[in-house]
Amino acid sequence: MAETKTAAYICQGCGIGERLSTRQLAQIAQKEGKMALVREHPFLCGAEGVGLIRDDIEREAVTHVLIAACSRRAKTEAFHFPTVALARANLREGVLWSQPEADEAAGLTQEMANDYVRMGCAELKKTKLPLGNPLAATNRRILVVGGGVSGLTAALEAARAGYQVVLVEKERALGGWAAKLHKRVPFREPHADPADTGIEQLIAQVTGHPRIRVHLGATLLETRGAPGRFSVQVSVESGAAVTEEVGSIVQATGFTLYDAGKLPALGYGKTPDVVDQAGLERLARQAAAAGGAIRRPSDGAEVGSVVFVQCAGQRDEGGSHLPYCSGHCCATSIKQAMYFKDANPEVDTVVIYTDLRVPGSGEDFYRSAQRKGVTFTKGRVASVEPASGGCKVSFRDLILDEDVALEADLVVLATGQVPNSGVNIELADDDPAKAAQVPILNLAYRQGKDMPQLKHGFTDSHFICFPYETRRTGIYAAGPVRRPMDMAQAVEDATGAALKAIQAVENAAAGRAAHPRSGDLSYPIVRIEGCTQCKRCTVECPFGAIDEDESRFPVFNESRCRRCGTCMGACPVRVIGFENYSVDTVGAQIKAVDMPDEFSEKPRVLLLACENDAYPALDMAALQRRVYSAFVRVIPVRCLGSVNTIWITDALNSGYDGVMLMGCKHGEDYQCHFVKGSELANYRMGKIDDTLKQLGLETERVATYEVAITDVARVARLIDDYVAKILEIGLSPMKGFA
Amino acid sequence: MSGERYRNSFLREVEHNVEEGHWVKMCMQCGVCSGSCPFGPHWAHPPQELFMMIRAGKREEVLGSDAMWMCTSCYNCVVRCPRKLPITHIMHGLANYAHRLGLAPKNQPTRQFAKMFWDNLSKTGRVNELKLSLGLYFKDGFKQGIRNALAMKDIGLGMLKAKRLNPLELVKPHACKGAKDIHAILAKAKEIEDRRKGLSA
Ligand code: SF4
Ligand code: SF4
Ligand code: SF4
Repeated sequence: MAETKTAAYICQGCGIGERLSTRQLAQIAQKEGKMALVREHPFLCGAEGVGLIRDDIEREAVTHVLIAACSRRAKTEAFHFPTVALARANLREGVLWSQPEADEAAGLTQEMANDYVRMGCAELKKTKLPLGNPLAATNRRILVVGGGVSGLTAALEAARAGYQVVLVEKERALGGWAAKLHKRVPFREPHADPADTGIEQLIAQVTGHPRIRVHLGATLLETRGAPGRFSVQVSVESGAAVTEEVGSIVQATGFTLYDAGKLPALGYGKTPDVVDQAGLERLARQAAAAGGAIRRPSDGAEVGSVVFVQCAGQRDEGGSHLPYCSGHCCATSIKQAMYFKDANPEVDTVVIYTDLRVPGSGEDFYRSAQRKGVTFTKGRVASVEPASGGCKVSFRDLILDEDVALEADLVVLATGQVPNSGVNIELADDDPAKAAQVPILNLAYRQGKDMPQLKHGFTDSHFICFPYETRRTGIYAAGPVRRPMDMAQAVEDATGAALKAIQAVENAAAGRAAHPRSGDLSYPIVRIEGCTQCKRCTVECPFGAIDEDESRFPVFNESRCRRCGTCMGACPVRVIGFENYSVDTVGAQIKAVDMPDEFSEKPRVLLLACENDAYPALDMAALQRRVYSAFVRVIPVRCLGSVNTIWITDALNSGYDGVMLMGCKHGEDYQCHFVKGSELANYRMGKIDDTLKQLGLETERVATYEVAITDVARVARLIDDYVAKILEIGLSPMKGFA
Repeated sequence: MSGERYRNSFLREVEHNVEEGHWVKMCMQCGVCSGSCPFGPHWAHPPQELFMMIRAGKREEVLGSDAMWMCTSCYNCVVRCPRKLPITHIMHGLANYAHRLGLAPKNQPTRQFAKMFWDNLSKTGRVNELKLSLGLYFKDGFKQGIRNALAMKDIGLGMLKAKRLNPLELVKPHACKGAKDIHAILAKAKEIEDRRKGLSA
């Protein structure tokens, strides 16, 4: 590699030149920052400014560039120099826009800017140009597990986009749940009548597609590897095992209907005239095949009255059945009631519900059913019992507030969706519940055979921000396996997951990170000689990217990695880092700050801010000219999970008066891009108190905050409150010892 | 509990016989109407409940109820109903149907007044205000009538002075020029309406 040559560019535009002495900044970059080349420019992001940098890169052989201008989140296109290492000092949002314009403030404002230039120079010198994963693998085939509507759609979408697809279905036929239906809820205007399922056409398109290979009656024996190089053992119908090499995987394993046998109070099992929704579809198909009316199972008589019991074994607060709502079942019951009404308006159809949930265009479908004369009754069903010539449904009418009963020839229970997620890897190995579960993916990963589960057994997905994204890079969950959903949603879901799978193979082939740092060429590099085999990285990696070899050293699977840096934050001996983000790049910035002595009454507060939420919130606060204390120095971090405690001890040792950490919400309804990052940081910071005590410092000197991207006003207030608190407890006694 | 309950029979009856009755099945039981009605807490069954009772087949309770007679035609519910039910019209439709069947509560004051008003009006084609108010005062007997009239005497005298009330109307009422024609028009209208409601062939 060419010899390092650093250059710093200081922009005077956007008012920087008017409010700050860029001369002074340039001197700092030169004398303290030891930049080989320092230039000031009136309008750096303009064509001329950018051209100047380009020329220096070409003619002066500059390899490292510091841009002291706006936030690193601004002007990323103008300041895109893919051949050099880059650092940004945030003078515009970080200083100018967040500090008061008054003349008296000018001194502190300049001090702040000076520090950011020092920090930028320090970071730059520790940064290397990321070159991409050298082990990039280029298999672009996509494996789809599951041949229902979700799986078929994912396969077809990927194939149409030009990718080879392998589809594995455990049954001997394709179609899944949809193939069992008489009709489906309509997808299109006017949302008035049940529609044909269209499943035969979909199956024909898949089986007839030259780029799709289908294995029926097949299961996965083992899945190993990483995006771009998965190797999957498939047990096929003949019993033989074939190996399929693929680049990414879509898991669309669907759901099973909740077992209505667990609902004896609702009459299931006591009389054949109580069926679940699948049972009704069966009756409807039989009727259609015979060309007549739907007949009840007990005696084959035509059904003259039918009652639909919504939420059967669902939304159960008592803990015995499903606690959640499966979302599709109200519309499904409406559709099934229409089977009767459309054939014969004289049939009485009553839907007993507590809340009718028909989101989106389902409302039109609901209205259509009302027009057709389906009766909707708000009530809570207490019991269904066999009665002479039918069933007796006892319920509480919630509008008229009375207990009533009614008789019907047939009762349909709307039971819910139970995801086919495989094994719950979080259960202990000796848990009998785990033994009963059959793995689906059979991952040869250290972290377990299937994907983590999010809630209620549904396969993981980043529920809040990024559907389909799971914690296993290159494997995407689609359809009701990741959350309850209907067919229209499953189609959309499968399409999204197919696109994600395509992105994953393309990124893996280029040695780049997948979402959320998609395109990032840096990857974790380990100095394995220093590793003490403590296993913290392998355990804490939220994405299961790190396996272990026989001697218990971590084995990084770069293309499974999301570049969150959690492993770097975890490593007690600090042997993990990225070319452009490491213990040193941040550590050097911390130490570069000019520390006023303890009599100056100028505290210094280090703020480590998550670049996904907290840092943008700070930028937006600046954009709104929300003023905050000039004593704070902000360093963006990839995730709070990447914060190594050494940074904090270093900061306190070098005389900082306090350290603020701002990350995303963690816990049940986490907002963390890296799922567990902020949670781990919180856990680690819980232990920092001991360190503080050893140093003889107050515990308030380290504070962790949950900040959302929308907390624009709040971030500025948090900083001010914290600085006030520090002034109250006094400056750090550690100053001057560093 | 009768097996007919919650079946569609009474709902169908309402659909066929009550003005705008075909809307009842479209109610989604949100309760916005009941919450909007100024009568809210003061009557037996607010609209939402009445519609549910119809769907539950409570024929006698609905038709014998005084609820729909209480509606003031303020139209609050109509403007708010997310399902766009013409609730006010259904209220009057139900009242009218109950009245036709003779099931409406006999001494319901709204019903009494409406009947008085109609008789008064249709006789001559003009409303005789004096007769109408006296009829109203005396509807609960002579003694109560005197009491009512005395309570209103200041207003009455004031109207007399302002020439807004002519005592002669009592003996020689005004009539429309073509009262006969009006009777013919009303008879025809009734015939059309009855036909529409399926009451006559
Ligand atoms: S912790 Fe994050 S950076 Fe480290 S290997 Fe796992 S995904 Fe990659
Ligand atoms: S129109 Fe009648 S029912 Fe509707 S809010 Fe007014 S009083 Fe109540
Ligand atoms: S507002 Fe309309 S939809 Fe809602 S309860 Fe009243 S009538 Fe029914």
